[in-house]
Amino acid sequence: MENTNYHKAASAADAASLLSGAEDGQLIAGGQTLLPTMKARLAAPSDLVDISGVADMRGVTVSGSSVTIGAMTTHAEVAGDASLRAACPAICDLAGKIGDPAVRHRGTIGGSVANNDPAADYPAAMLALGATIKTNAREIAADDFFTGMFDTALDEGEIILSVSFEAPAKGAYAKFPNPASRYAMCGVFVAQGAGGVRVAVTGAGNDGVFRASDMEAALGSNFAPDALDGTSVSADDMLSDLHGDGAYRANLVKVMAKRAVAAIA
Amino acid sequence: MSEGIGAPVKRKEDKRFLTGKGKYTDDIRMENQAYAAFVRSPHAHARVKAIHKATAEGMPGVEAVLDGHQLTGDGIGNIICGWAITSKDGSPMNMGAWSALATEYVRYVGDAVAVVIADSKEEAQEAALAVEVDYEELPVAAHIDAALAGDAPQIHENAPGNVVYDWEIGERDATEAALASAAHVTEMDITNNRLSPNPMETRAAIATFDEAEDHYTLYTTSQNPHVARLVLSAFYAVAPEHKLRVIAPDVGGGFGSKIYIYPEEIACLWASMKTKRSVKWTGDRTEAFLTDAHGRDHVTRARMGFDGDGKIVGFQISTKANFGAYMSLFSSAVPTYLYATLLSGTYNIPNIYCEVLGVYTNTVPVDAYRGAGRPEASYVVERMVETAAREMGRDPADLRNINFVREFPHQTPVIMNYDSGDFEGNMRQAMEAADWAGFAARKAEAAGRGKLRGIGMSCYIEACGIAPSQAVGSLGAGVGLWESAEVRVNPVGTIEVLTGSHSHGQGHETTFAQVVAERFGVPLDSIQIVHGDTDKVQFGMGTYGSRSGPVGLSAIVKACDKVEVKVRQIAAHLLECEADDLVIEDSQVKLPGTNKALGWHEVGLAAYTAHNLPADMEPGLKEGAFYDPENFTFPMGCFIAEVEVDPDTGKTEIVKFVASDDFGVIINPLIVEGQVHGGIAQGVGQAMLEEVVYDATGQQLSASYMDYAMPRADDLPSFVVAHHNTRCTTNPLGIKGCGEAGAIGSPPAIINAITDAIGNNDLSMPATPSKVWGLMQSAKIAAE
Repeated sequence: MENTNYHKAASAADAASLLSGAEDGQLIAGGQTLLPTMKARLAAPSDLVDISGVADMRGVTVSGSSVTIGAMTTHAEVAGDASLRAACPAICDLAGKIGDPAVRHRGTIGGSVANNDPAADYPAAMLALGATIKTNAREIAADDFFTGMFDTALDEGEIILSVSFEAPAKGAYAKFPNPASRYAMCGVFVAQGAGGVRVAVTGAGNDGVFRASDMEAALGSNFAPDALDGTSVSADDMLSDLHGDGAYRANLVKVMAKRAVAAIA
Repeated sequence: MSEGIGAPVKRKEDKRFLTGKGKYTDDIRMENQAYAAFVRSPHAHARVKAIHKATAEGMPGVEAVLDGHQLTGDGIGNIICGWAITSKDGSPMNMGAWSALATEYVRYVGDAVAVVIADSKEEAQEAALAVEVDYEELPVAAHIDAALAGDAPQIHENAPGNVVYDWEIGERDATEAALASAAHVTEMDITNNRLSPNPMETRAAIATFDEAEDHYTLYTTSQNPHVARLVLSAFYAVAPEHKLRVIAPDVGGGFGSKIYIYPEEIACLWASMKTKRSVKWTGDRTEAFLTDAHGRDHVTRARMGFDGDGKIVGFQISTKANFGAYMSLFSSAVPTYLYATLLSGTYNIPNIYCEVLGVYTNTVPVDAYRGAGRPEASYVVERMVETAAREMGRDPADLRNINFVREFPHQTPVIMNYDSGDFEGNMRQAMEAADWAGFAARKAEAAGRGKLRGIGMSCYIEACGIAPSQAVGSLGAGVGLWESAEVRVNPVGTIEVLTGSHSHGQGHETTFAQVVAERFGVPLDSIQIVHGDTDKVQFGMGTYGSRSGPVGLSAIVKACDKVEVKVRQIAAHLLECEADDLVIEDSQVKLPGTNKALGWHEVGLAAYTAHNLPADMEPGLKEGAFYDPENFTFPMGCFIAEVEVDPDTGKTEIVKFVASDDFGVIINPLIVEGQVHGGIAQGVGQAMLEEVVYDATGQQLSASYMDYAMPRADDLPSFVVAHHNTRCTTNPLGIKGCGEAGAIGSPPAIINAITDAIGNNDLSMPATPSKVWGLMQSAKIAAE
């Protein structure tokens, strides 16, 4: 790791100002991706602005079916929040299976969403739940937010404050972990709510998280695992690496989607 | 409860390990310590045109930037391979030069080109990044086939076609004839996947040169500090043997990878002389993936012939073994004398012929890794027998049973002479524990849940207790493979045992003490095991090949024999009785049926006060012994794996795993069970998860835990571990050894189970979900 200047931000505004004053600044939340990247010298920001201690960016609020999760809420907090579990158990289950306990107690939902790792779990949840990403500048719909592998609609210096969504009537996440990293080789989040059925896939696509529209249509007319029999995703659009080729991942998308539906149908 | 042989005593060493008080090489701090960071090749094959050091030399904290020309200029010798293998045509093996720091060529990604010595680790690493090396990239052969192709680049000038040797064992013509006349011949292509050893503690070294004494001290992560000192002095000429102290303190796992002498230890010692500072290097996990000797990596074509009754009549094996870019210390022996000599398995096979082509590639060197040749042999034999049973429509257990060796000693056609065993007994025990008979019902039940259930067996045998010195010498070994011990009874009766074995997780401080405690009837706590320091311990050969029990403990027993003779003589003299009539037990030396007795400590004190010893007896109570085994030992066992495959994802779950082992006499069943658990976990890793993957350019695609899948607790079932032991007849305690068995016997059992589940024998390791699913898809397509 190369030398870096560490700043602890007191607020989002403070963070924004520290960031703008830095030569090559970088926000750090839980650091579960950024720190390993820096250790491998694949990232070397001049300044780290730590927002993990900003109190009003942390915590879960559930009001009826409306859910707001502060960006600095850890995976363990999401997994263990009783009111959230009552409203949307699927996102608690998803958070409870990210990484290991150490990762879950440091890593944050905001950090995961902002990083948009193609194998991260939360992007699938955000997309399937039709979440809104609230930043210090604006609100961005999940459909507009995830713009490709490790790429988002966030502008330079823009900071995620929270994510919010309406809890669906039914929701489930089915994940097939990579045997080595335990990241998702394929994770499918299925939500059935007022706006219909949404199916979001992470881990498998070669351009990051995506919505499986054929599957959404099929499930919209018949919310049952069998409804997915005639659907498919293209192997050409899938990631291919030493853990599995595109055909395998395309198969996993369907299998995991069926399992998610089976869990709630 | 007894603390002696057979008692499940908890490990003495765990107090310090479990409380974080272990002292590992990286925990050691020397005064005036500097840090080494290596400049490593990013290319798998290149000519080193120039090394630009000036920028790095001028950076803060930098003491020196040293390269291979300086190293060889100082007379530091090339790294050797200590076992000479002779090819079929009588020619010696073609060994290319391996300098600790490359001079003209780099031959794998990670090959060290220079070393930076600086005040801090960070400064050393920063400066290492600033060393610019001009490379002329050369064509790469990263895999066996690429290295043997007609247009392959020449990796070492003196190894034409990249062939290290073309070796054979057994009778070719007789085996061919037997196969030609066989009623059934099973033929298979079998790959043994390349593995990274991954000990929890990465390699480390700290070298100190004492200018006033002209003396060197090296702390290092070694399984065999005396062997390290020997080669560092005799071959690398870093320091004379009597001026070099090598200490291997607590070592956090080795699995073979810490047997060898690596460039880093050599460079640290040499740099400590150059800079007059202690030089420390602790490898990180990436360096471990890039530079620790890998294991396995065989490609084999095998043919096994059977007569009409199912008896094996001939077995022909042709193997290509990957050595990587250089010949590591014992590498040449692994795919030859540690592999082909076990190809008779647990069976009577009248004709065996095996040929092995050793191949250089542009990859990290390959050497012994837990099991070392024997897992490769077991995998070939047990997959062949299982597949043959399926092809012939025979019950795989019955086919094994009619071919088992039943009379001992049994001379195989491939050197080994098995001394003992009850192979059917272990198989029956395992089948009962696994409820073999009830499998069909479980398979049907699983099918109802949409799962494919399979069962697989492996009746492995291995050779431990490495090894009779004269025998291995006649086969090309450069060293003897005896072991040494010294038993010191102190004046107060406490005992120090100095052993040439080295513990890096095996629990010697407990098991060795148990043997001595039982022998002299003294408390376990009164015994201290001393190992790992060439200044404290007499020359010893170290720990690998499951040799510490059969060989290391035998040396201790031999030294105890001598101590006992003297104890009896002293006690008989003092008690005025016959030495042979005395009994040693309960911390006493006593004459049964009388009140004549001496406390154990009183004998010790008498020996050291020397006020009243038998005439002409020397004072003191300390004896040493060297033990050279008369034969290998032959642990064997039957492992049964039962799996369920999810046909939708290809994911395999091991639902049951039974091990029935024959380890001979067991000193500590708790430690043995731990060894079996760890070994099976590594076997599961090889069978289902682990694989080093190189791309065609020689880059390791799997050089982190993001891509190299180690077994975790949830990959493993709860193991059923049973024993059906027969005494080893060739060492005093009757021990066979247990350190590698789990890793040797488990991969074929697991693959046999998965292939049974999916009905397709054409599965290679690791059986990852994508590979299993892909195989099922191609079978489906082929059927349509």
